[in-house]
Amino acid sequence: MLLAFDWSQLAQQTVIGLSSGALWALLALAIVLIYRSTGVVNFAQGEMAMLSTFVAWSLVHHGLSFWEAFFVTVALSFCGGVGIERAVIRPVERAPVLTIVIVTLGLVFVVDGIARWGWTAETKSLPNAFSTRPIQVAGVAFSIQDLGNIAVSLGLVLLIGALFRYTKLGLALRAAAINPQESRLLGVRVSWMIAIGWGLAAALGAVAGMLTAPALASFDQNLMQPVLLYALAGAVLGGLESPVGAVVGSLLLGVFVNLVGTYVDWVGNDLRLPVALAVILGVLLVKPAGLFGQTAVRRV
Amino acid sequence: MKRALGIAVWLLAAAAAVAVFLLVPHLVSDFHSRDLAGAGVFFIAIVGLNLLTGYTGQISLGHGALMAIGGYTTAALVVHEHWRDVWTIPLAGLAAGIVGFLIGIPALRLSGLYLALATFAFAVAMPSLLKKFSGLTGGSQGLSFLESSPFQVTGLKGTVTVLGHTTTANHFLYYLTWGIGLIGLAIAWLIVRGRFGRAFRAIRDSEAAAASAGVNLPLYKTLAFALSGVYAGVAGSLFAIQSEIVNPLSFTVLLSILIVVGAVVGGLGSLPGLVLGALFVKYLPSLAAHVSTRPGAPDFIYGAAIILVVILLPGGAGGLLRRLFAPLTTWLYTRP
Amino acid sequence: MSKSSALLELEDVEARYGQVKALHGVTLDVTEGEIVAVLGANGAGKTTTLRAISGLVSRQGGIRFAGKSIARRSPEATTRLGIAHVPEGRGTLSGLSVRENLRLGAYVRRDRSAVREDERRVLGYFPWLEERADQQAGTLSGGEQQMLALARALMLRPRLLLLDEPSLGLAPKVVAEIFRIVAELNEREDLTVLVVEQNANLALDASSRAYVLEVGRVALSGSSPELRRDESVRRSYLGY
Repeated sequence: MLLAFDWSQLAQQTVIGLSSGALWALLALAIVLIYRSTGVVNFAQGEMAMLSTFVAWSLVHHGLSFWEAFFVTVALSFCGGVGIERAVIRPVERAPVLTIVIVTLGLVFVVDGIARWGWTAETKSLPNAFSTRPIQVAGVAFSIQDLGNIAVSLGLVLLIGALFRYTKLGLALRAAAINPQESRLLGVRVSWMIAIGWGLAAALGAVAGMLTAPALASFDQNLMQPVLLYALAGAVLGGLESPVGAVVGSLLLGVFVNLVGTYVDWVGNDLRLPVALAVILGVLLVKPAGLFGQTAVRRV
Repeated sequence: MKRALGIAVWLLAAAAAVAVFLLVPHLVSDFHSRDLAGAGVFFIAIVGLNLLTGYTGQISLGHGALMAIGGYTTAALVVHEHWRDVWTIPLAGLAAGIVGFLIGIPALRLSGLYLALATFAFAVAMPSLLKKFSGLTGGSQGLSFLESSPFQVTGLKGTVTVLGHTTTANHFLYYLTWGIGLIGLAIAWLIVRGRFGRAFRAIRDSEAAAASAGVNLPLYKTLAFALSGVYAGVAGSLFAIQSEIVNPLSFTVLLSILIVVGAVVGGLGSLPGLVLGALFVKYLPSLAAHVSTRPGAPDFIYGAAIILVVILLPGGAGGLLRRLFAPLTTWLYTRP
Repeated sequence: MSKSSALLELEDVEARYGQVKALHGVTLDVTEGEIVAVLGANGAGKTTTLRAISGLVSRQGGIRFAGKSIARRSPEATTRLGIAHVPEGRGTLSGLSVRENLRLGAYVRRDRSAVREDERRVLGYFPWLEERADQQAGTLSGGEQQMLALARALMLRPRLLLLDEPSLGLAPKVVAEIFRIVAELNEREDLTVLVVEQNANLALDASSRAYVLEVGRVALSGSSPELRRDESVRRSYLGY
């Protein structure tokens, strides 16, 4: 029985799942970054990533290579994220959570509008980030694209982790998130730390978008909507307060959704998203703090 | 003396509101009456959501899904059981109220953003669920009154006769929707004024304090969810009656978001501004399109308007009204 | 050169929390090298006074540090002038380690070698911090957290130390130790201290001058020995 089971298919589907999960992890990490420093989920994170991807497309359209456009877009997205925070979020920094949530929902429309206004509706596609050749590992074929996504994503996560743990800026960012008032007394410009957090989140989103797009024959404004939902599910699974959780949760979710979609016929391809949503609901009902979170502390 | 004056002012305001309600269809085109009826649907849902979020502080991004329950209950009864459309409204409200109550139970364990996320997930999942249970819901096609049960549609022939008065179908829809809306508002007002309202507000301001004062938290919180569900169900039912068709795409997460936006713009925790919230949500898209038809411009204007209103008017229209009338109310209600 | 050698001057300072006025015109000064205490009952406005100096609460009136007005400065800017504020409840950043808390104390400083030197000096006053360097600050006891807060404030190399209710919630022995260290710092390093304390006994022992606040105003002031002998102070705050 064991010998008849297609292990290579399992390995392949697991890697494919990890690859999707890795990209969701970037957006999930962005969401957790902002959540930790402001207590708000940025519902516009996906749309911002989509806009970044459109910018990347324009750069490629004007002659830059994929990777040249990639780095320019990341830099521009960081600035964009800081700008959005300063312009739109700062005025409501001290407002109740629901108000800020509505602002991010309003942002969804605003960013969507900018995307539709600045770019025509013609189909767009991004060139592949990595070669499309398959690669053989232990006799099983994997796509370099999938492996590349996982590598870039994990590399970026480690880079951000290092920033937070080992640099003065990272220390200030963490302090500002833990205790804003006390941090101000230590000289930390908390307001700017929040803005930088938004910038980092926007940059992460941009990478997620630019790696998601090439896998599709063409993409439009709806590019990141499903990704946002999967990222939310991954973040909730791992624990909204935990960056490590966001990444691990998304990777696990990626594998889970893909395996369920592959092996359970009833789910197939249509119900993958509801599976993710069921995960959100399930986690929130059983252990809201997620896998890596401490019991959810109420912000009084 | 002042007290009598206060009551007089109050009655005058109420009479004015009723007068406006009765007269508006005669002042606008028939088509606009239908549009206003659409705004009425939002109004009812918004009043219900305000009871939940404004008064007990529980955030729900899933009330569009509760509207779907109401809408599909009506549709199923009309299409499968051949009920008259208007008689399904109470049942639709009840069905959504029960679902609201069922959601309220696990919601007890969640707070703030976590509850928002859970209800958000529920709202996003609803269209897929509706598609999956196609036996009852008609799948992606949905249910069409005109196709399956045309004779159960009130106003099919373009006019409706009630108690001897004949009006156009659009006027009928307006009066039906806003009539129910005003009754719903009155009920909400009574609830808010009474014991329930006090308990709700205590819960919103401090759950710990409310519990130690003896307020039965689980009971009132789930009750609030159930009540807001009833309102959403009735709204969904009226939506179905107005459109004469339902399909999964009528009830996307966008609807849930619009209800929340309408409640916040109208003013959470107060009732007067909610009409403005409903009008805002209903008419802003078309207004935005009027300003510019360049692709993307309506969305941008729409989003920018929402952000600006929320930043500039934190208390919503209700807060603004309260501030405007503060001199009058202070004069009326303070002893010299 | 300014007329007085006052390091900190408050002139008719008012402060409010939203609509509620907490300070109704506080006037006090602190000279370089002094330890000055602010006494008063709960709600008298002691903590608010420190908050007004740092800029954590909306305030009006004259606030001058080393001759220059700081009445419009944000907390971040006030710290950069060399005013270290140890808030009520210690303000420990509990999610960070002890070492990280200390490092943040020197956040605004750019002189890296001097910071390292200060780290060594500060650890000299609190040797046990070295062993606990990688421990999560939130797991320390109340007294230890208070000493960490003090150590962290020292990392700024402050010209003025604002100390808010250091004895709050701590055992007498621990509190005595803390005040001993403050006195030593004042002597050795010439650290100027403005300490707010509900425990009048301790505060009057530790300081050379004191102010008594009542309902947001200065009711009494004078040298600490004088105030100790004052009848009303004895009855209301010293209990005999």
